[in-house]
Amino acid sequence: MKNTKDYSILAGGAAGQGSRIAGLIIAKLFNRIGYNIFIHEDYQSLIKGGHNFSQIRVSSENVSSHREEADFILALNEDTIKKHGERLAKNGVLIFNQDRIKSDKGIGIKIDTITKELGGIPIMSNTALIAAFAKIVGIDWAVLESVLRQAIEKGIDKNLEIAKRAYDTTEGLVKIEKLKNKPKPLLTGNEAIALGAAKAGLENYYAYPMTPATSVLHYLAGHAKKLNVIASQLENEVGVINTAIGSAFAGKRTMTATSGGGFALMTEGISLAAMSETPILVVNSQRSGPATGVPTYNGQSDLLCTLASGHGDFVRFVAAPGDAEESFYWTGKLLNLAWKYQTPAILLTDKDVSESTFVFNEAVLKQVKKEKDLRWNGKGEYKRYADKENGISPMAFPGQPGAVVKGTSYEHDEFGISTEEREEIVKMQEKRLRKFEAMAEAVDEMEDAVKVYGNLKSKKVVICWGSAKGAVKEAAEHLGLKVVQPVVLQPFPEKQMYKELKGASKIVSVELNSTGQLEQVLNSHGIEADKRILKYDMRPFTAQELEVQLKKI
Amino acid sequence: MEKLETYCPNTWCPGCGNFGILQAVKDAVNSLIESGTPKEKIILVADIGCNSKIVDYLGLNSFYGLHGRSIAAAEGIKLANPDLTVLVFLGDGAALDEGISHLIHSAKRNSNIKVILHNNRLFALTTGQFTAVSPKGFKGKSTPEGSVEDPINPLELMMASNAGFIARSYALRVQHLKNMIIEAVNHKGFSFVEVLEPCVSFFNNMQFYNENVYEAVNDDPSSKEKAMGLIKEWNYAAEGKVPLGLFYKVEKPTYEDQMGRVEENKEADIMECLKDHI
Repeated sequence: MKNTKDYSILAGGAAGQGSRIAGLIIAKLFNRIGYNIFIHEDYQSLIKGGHNFSQIRVSSENVSSHREEADFILALNEDTIKKHGERLAKNGVLIFNQDRIKSDKGIGIKIDTITKELGGIPIMSNTALIAAFAKIVGIDWAVLESVLRQAIEKGIDKNLEIAKRAYDTTEGLVKIEKLKNKPKPLLTGNEAIALGAAKAGLENYYAYPMTPATSVLHYLAGHAKKLNVIASQLENEVGVINTAIGSAFAGKRTMTATSGGGFALMTEGISLAAMSETPILVVNSQRSGPATGVPTYNGQSDLLCTLASGHGDFVRFVAAPGDAEESFYWTGKLLNLAWKYQTPAILLTDKDVSESTFVFNEAVLKQVKKEKDLRWNGKGEYKRYADKENGISPMAFPGQPGAVVKGTSYEHDEFGISTEEREEIVKMQEKRLRKFEAMAEAVDEMEDAVKVYGNLKSKKVVICWGSAKGAVKEAAEHLGLKVVQPVVLQPFPEKQMYKELKGASKIVSVELNSTGQLEQVLNSHGIEADKRILKYDMRPFTAQELEVQLKKI
Repeated sequence: MEKLETYCPNTWCPGCGNFGILQAVKDAVNSLIESGTPKEKIILVADIGCNSKIVDYLGLNSFYGLHGRSIAAAEGIKLANPDLTVLVFLGDGAALDEGISHLIHSAKRNSNIKVILHNNRLFALTTGQFTAVSPKGFKGKSTPEGSVEDPINPLELMMASNAGFIARSYALRVQHLKNMIIEAVNHKGFSFVEVLEPCVSFFNNMQFYNENVYEAVNDDPSSKEKAMGLIKEWNYAAEGKVPLGLFYKVEKPTYEDQMGRVEENKEADIMECLKDHI
């Protein structure tokens, strides 16, 4: 990569020390001077103590994976140096809290002393460290001040005072070049999910907290007025899915987000949505499993259970985004599809998309809007399950004059009354089957159901999904390979996959699980991989480690 | 009088207590319609069990949910459209075994739904097993030697869960039940009406109820103390007097009123949110 400017920064501290916020502020500094950003968050399942760190990648290129090697390390605690000191690049710079850490290498800043002298509270030491870093890398004070003003709500004047002291008393070391790009919004996958849903007309959001999906609830609750949604935390995931279905039956666009364990609890509800033909969008943000697993670390091991979620014979829409833009787009798209086809839809994301921070290109905003769904024309007797040719019955909602709207979990007739008659059972199952065909046809028409990157002429193809995309794309671009990322996973985009894999001489599948779940899906569609790269230490892939493995092909 | 019946054949056992409940519901709904509630604004939410078949027999809006989850679905319907009158029909197995968490939380958050508990004190449709309100020693197919568990008192549970409207009626006192349902609907907030009913096939305690139920007079339904006195008068055993009536009633802000409504035809302001992300 010629003329590429690419820096890797690691900011670490104990939980509660604010290393995540510090990382985000640093990312914003670089965003303001034209760099692309990617942040990977590594944190433990505890409230205070332990060791958390943000890995920030700033680049002139559009990157969405972290690098192991760090050009800068910002240490709020000693653990950061102990655990990550080895990762410092040859010419890298270590910047540390000199009041708490002894180190003969690097640049020590007495951030606690500065904070104390100026009458600040302990957390403000982070501001001092950020300011010192900004000076070291040559970021203008004006940029720093502007970012701090926007990022810090409480005690901004005191923070600025502390920042100024740290900035002025630190020596500049390098001058990071300013780029001409305009700053872009930085969004986590979960924030993008919240915004994408809202753009597609989300009205009610229900959830029970579960890492790594919780921040969707936080974001929607925190922006409820601006986004015109009601966000409710309920008693458990079973309550959540059934309440969400109730709201959708009453005419409101609804969504919920959870992770594997909560998703498992919701599956009976997903089956109810299929039978009652109630539109519902469920986000399953994967983490490592089985069971409680490693709660704050990633995994891509819920694919098969998601594709088969809920008892009974039915099809759901499933899509897996690989970054924030895709999260926004596919959340919106799935909410619309759920309503168009009156069916459950599942956004299958994973921790390193949900909680990583990406540059968000606003062009994607125009691609999502609330699309029309099929409504009853008000003529004649209303039948909720009217037997239509494409299997899609017009919707009316309770409260609408002239309609008696009967939704049900039982097999039913067109009116919605329970039935055990064999002709009625077959008729309704066949109505739904025709709808599933229509859903498959819709996927057939989606050009973006499968995305490709890298050298499109290469006969060597790497297949990946979800968060693995970032590192795979970067590695493949280096090595001149083609990348195929199926985003829609049910109904399976067979046509697009066959097209992209036509003439491939080698196929490699890359996944963050131990049994190759996507590969099993590919196999069931007659696609065989020649090699699999699996990782199950629950940490994300880096482009560098993938390059080593992909070179051998 | 609106004709509320559907073409669905009724499959309850002859003499089933649910017939009395069905009649009382029809009478109550007709009365509500006559006093100005549009028919389309009424929705029945059902669970799973003999009781829940009631929604198939009534030509009204309905949602026939999953076992134990009808209360959750009803809360979603009410929050989505607070203008609807939401009546939930479920059995003791659904409310107090499978879905007890939803019952407790719905009372706690004061969702303005009307829960009608068909309490026959056993699982009937699965041919007779004990529930949380079956008496100790209940002999069913899963407890041939008799259940070893003491029953819970659902009304006491509702008191502990901060329910704002707690009443008990009896399936064979149709007029009383009708009045209790209407009072529940007119109460602004979560309402719980326990309806005792005999199961003629698996737990026929009709004679006991006929001999022991009485319509209690409660001159101060806002008194927790008086309510608890009535609630604890009968311990769900095969003896003692069984008071009926409105035991407790206190109004407080509803969940729906506090959560507010989304504005119609207003789009999400994404650009405003994105400002914080640069």
